[in-house]
Amino acid sequence: MNLKVREEVLQYQDQIITSWLEQIEQYRNDDSLQNISGAVYDSTSQDFVHKLLVTLQQEDTGDADLNQFVERLIQMGWPLTFATRGLQEFRKASVKAISENSNDMKDGIFHYQEIESWVDNIINHLVDQYSGSWENTVFLQKMALKELSAPLIPVFENISVMPLVGTIDTERAKLIMENLLDGVIEHRSQVVLIDITGVPVVDTMVAHHIIQASEAVRLVGATCILVGIRPEIAQTIVNLGIDLGKFPTKSTLKKGIETALGMTKREIIDLEIQEG
Amino acid sequence: MQVQTHVDINSEWGIVAARQAGRKLAREIGFGSVDQARITTAISELARNIYLYANQGQIKIEEVSAGGKQGMKIIASDEGPGIKDLRRVMEDGFTTSGGLGAGLPGVKRLMDDFSIESEVEQGTVITAVKWLR
Repeated sequence: MNLKVREEVLQYQDQIITSWLEQIEQYRNDDSLQNISGAVYDSTSQDFVHKLLVTLQQEDTGDADLNQFVERLIQMGWPLTFATRGLQEFRKASVKAISENSNDMKDGIFHYQEIESWVDNIINHLVDQYSGSWENTVFLQKMALKELSAPLIPVFENISVMPLVGTIDTERAKLIMENLLDGVIEHRSQVVLIDITGVPVVDTMVAHHIIQASEAVRLVGATCILVGIRPEIAQTIVNLGIDLGKFPTKSTLKKGIETALGMTKREIIDLEIQEG
Repeated sequence: MQVQTHVDINSEWGIVAARQAGRKLAREIGFGSVDQARITTAISELARNIYLYANQGQIKIEEVSAGGKQGMKIIASDEGPGIKDLRRVMEDGFTTSGGLGAGLPGVKRLMDDFSIESEVEQGTVITAVKWLR
């Protein structure tokens, strides 16, 4: 920013701070700021405007102090609108303060342009920082979700279970298929139980993917049992006219495991009864 | 008051959003868990069709009442390629995407009223209603 403009802004900083704090006060009752207490709001606003003025005194807009402050805002969950509005209000306040104290029109426009470009720079910087942090969060959550999406658990020798929870989309369906086949080979499973208790909706696509997966499992020499079909899901499957007649289904995981043990010629027996 | 919800479908997440909005409204209207599952599945099928064939479109969900009955209406509209042969898509097992071919006939069975309007290269509008018993 131009040196003269900077001095001008600094000269009227008290006036700017007062009018800025007045303006920013009106946003306090916004929905997104509901869970922030009055005291915290006041101190953060104070902090914000002082950080801005400190940054103003330095040439570099990518100032470490302001960066740290924004980082803190992000961590505490302050909305981006607070920061952008704050900067817009800062622009208004400083332009107002300067124009009130100077009569020269031409000078005023020059000041305005200088302040505008400075504020825009900081806003861009800030939005970058915010969206960077969001992208990072989304990426991490996606990775975490992927790890959870299709686990195959060997429960007995030759028997594995794949519990599915949540929505199944195409990407996840692909993972289910891969993990099933890899797991069947790796654990030498003869029977795989697919548990869909936690799948909220079974539409034709989900059914299609499950049918395909079980067909693939059959090709590598194992059997799939579909378990955990809730009554309402059973009705919608019938309504949709999906034919699941080709592979065995059981209502609960427990029954599925009993069947699987039977298929591998084993059973669970009660020790007491055997002794008695 | 008539409750209306619009959900834009332009990714697989749109399908999930439409489904959740549908389940919420169905619960509010007072549908039982089986009918909730039917409605959600129908929305899921319609939304998936939009995503699969037209890439984008929207699902509109609203509360309707007629003749002392209350119900829920789903309108799925897109400006996609349209459906060439309306009679064939309503046949079980007919598919152009390698799926099960149970989507549209399935939705018709899941819901009470069902109508479909489509023009090739213009788009498709499907309306389905489920009445509260």
